[in-house]
Formats: sequence, structure tokens, C-alpha cells
Amino acid sequence: MANAGVETKRPLSPHIQIYKFIPTYLMSGFHRVTGALLYFGTLLVAAWLVAAAAGPDYFAWASWFFESWLGWLALLGYTWALMHHMLGGIRHLIWDTGAMFDKQSATMLAYATLAGSITLTVLIWIVGLLVY
Amino acid sequence: MVQFTLPKNSTMSEGKVWPKPEGAKNVREYRIYRWNPDDGANPRIDTYHVDEDDCGPMVLDALIWIKNHVDPTLTFRRSCREGICGSCAMNIDGTNTLACTKGADEIAAVVKIYPLPHMQVVKDLVPDMTNFYAQHRSIEPWLKTVTPEPQTEWLQSVEDREKLDGLYECILCACCSTSCPSYWWNSERYLGPAALLQAERWIVDSRDEATGERLDELEDPFRLYRCHTIMNCTQACPKGLNPAKAIADIKKKMVERRL
Repeated sequence: MANAGVETKRPLSPHIQIYKFIPTYLMSGFHRVTGALLYFGTLLVAAWLVAAAAGPDYFAWASWFFESWLGWLALLGYTWALMHHMLGGIRHLIWDTGAMFDKQSATMLAYATLAGSITLTVLIWIVGLLVY
Repeated sequence: MVQFTLPKNSTMSEGKVWPKPEGAKNVREYRIYRWNPDDGANPRIDTYHVDEDDCGPMVLDALIWIKNHVDPTLTFRRSCREGICGSCAMNIDGTNTLACTKGADEIAAVVKIYPLPHMQVVKDLVPDMTNFYAQHRSIEPWLKTVTPEPQTEWLQSVEDREKLDGLYECILCACCSTSCPSYWWNSERYLGPAALLQAERWIVDSRDEATGERLDELEDPFRLYRCHTIMNCTQACPKGLNPAKAIADIKKKMVERRL
């Protein structure tokens, strides 16, 4: 860049520190974070399947973990991350068609993603606990 | 490159608290980003108190009031004071907008003002726009044709002219581009919403004959596809335009031309 010396002396104006977390911005961030969390959650699923394949002792050990409070917390988080990322994906699918780009619709979609993911998580856990 | 924290020379500290105007009844607090290239110090946040009974309704009025009555060193760009020049774009109350069209009464209490985000600061609220303008230049924002020039104008039907509505009104204030996290992290490679909205403006122009070349130029993982539909651009645009939609339309054209 031209005037490299001058530009390095100049400060960078604040960005993420000061920008207001409006719903669309926040849900975009959530989509990123839940996507990253799914890597971790999928590892848990893989570990559970590997334990099941490895024999009853290993499976008992894995079951002990998943039925501990930490295991339940991880599964609850994984359920929510999966639901939120799925609904976020649907939101992006809608946008890919060129629809719902106006400010009001986009904000509505952002709220709907959050409300939908929480609702679906609660429903899945109610069903899960009923059959548990 | 994604870096959430500010560089060492850019972290902010509490600055000067300027005295309140004497005898004023309606006082609003303004907290404003200051940086002076001459004193070698880090940026600071100064606190001012504006007498709203003695001042116009817009945030720009307050800035000018401060400059006239309290602190003549406060530096900012402004010109038309009616939302058409784009000079007074800055971050007010957490979002980018024009100081001249933002009413102080739209803000609940303290008005916090920063320069446009993630930009090199020249002084106080004045950012360096060099890269932003260069990106606008790079999309070649002019009519490109190969057919011989007509004797009179290049004609356009009313319907084709309507396709430019929502695109031609852009004033290049940079509120959208500097609201975009993708642009924050990749401003040297991602063109940003403002330049891409202008790219779309020339892509859809019925008179332009370089549509294919224009799309070729944008077919790049960074220039166009760093847009992740975060929507800050559309939410910020002080002219009510929709850069996110324009970018989505370009992405659609990229797919459609392969079918």
C-alpha cells in the first residue's frame, strides 16, 4: 500500500467492540458459532457409536458419561446447535432465491430462527424424556 | 484477516470531560471518539454536553454546535446537511449512518459517536477512504459498449430504466461496507456491499454491453463470495437501499448463466 509508514501509525477505528448487535447480525454470528459447535457435537455422536461397536464395557462407560449432568448439558447444547444451524440454513436457502431481503422480513427471519430453534429443542427433549 | 481485538495503537481510553453549558435546561451527553495524529497518543473518548435548546435536531447539528461553542478542534467531514453528499457518515449509537439525517431524539440517552468501523483514522471522525474509492473504481462504473455510438442518446425503455431504481441512488457514503464484518476482515480482497451494489447497477443496465465481462471479474471467492448475508449493510443504508439484495442478485446471475 502507498504511504505504508503513515498508515501503520494511524489507528484502526473500533468495529466489533462498538457495533450494535441488531438481530440479523446476531443470528449470523449464531449461525457461525453453532456450525462450529456441531463439529464438537458430531465427535460426541461418533464417540458414542464407536463405544457401541467396541463392546458392552466401552458402551457402559460412554452411557455413564452421556447420563451425567455434563453429558446431558452437552447433548442439550448439541440439540440446540443442530436445530439453530438447520433453521439458519433454511433462512439462507430462502435468501438464495432472492426473497425476504427487505429489512423487516430479514429481522423477522432472524427472530424466527431463534424462536424456532428453542421451540424445536424443547419439543425434542420432551419427546426424548418421554421415551427415556 | 479476522482479528477481534484492536491493535495496540488503537485501543481507546477515557478522554476529557468538557464543561456543561451554563444555564442550559435540555442537555444531552455526547461521547465522541478523538484521535490527533500530532500528539502521538492513543485514541480517547471525550465527553461533551450539548444544549439542545440552542441546537438543531440532528446529530450533525450537535457536532457543529460542539465545534462552534465548545471545542474547535473536533474534526469531522460534512457538506450538504441533507443526506445527499455522504460526507458525514459515521458510527452513531452503534450503527453506521449519516449524522445529518439522524435525529438526536432517535437515541435514548447518551449519543456515542465513532468513525466508520475498521478504517484507518486520519483524525477524530475522519477515516481514510482510499481503498473504498479504489474498489468502486475497480468495478468500472461507467457505460461500456461495443456497438457504434448512436446519433443521439443510448435509448432505454421505461421498464429497463426502472431496473436501476434502488441502485443508482447510492451516494457512496460507505455506511454499508464499513458495517460489514466480512469487509472488516477482508477489505483488501472483498469488494464490499457499496462497490457490489454499483457493480449490479451496471450489470442490469440494458444499455451496457459488458455484462459477461463484469460477471467474470466478480467470479472470485473473495471479491463477491465473501458476502455471507449478514445484512448489516441493508440495515445501515441511510438511503434505504438494499446492497444485500443486489449481491444476492449477482450471485443468482452467476448460477443462471451456467444453466
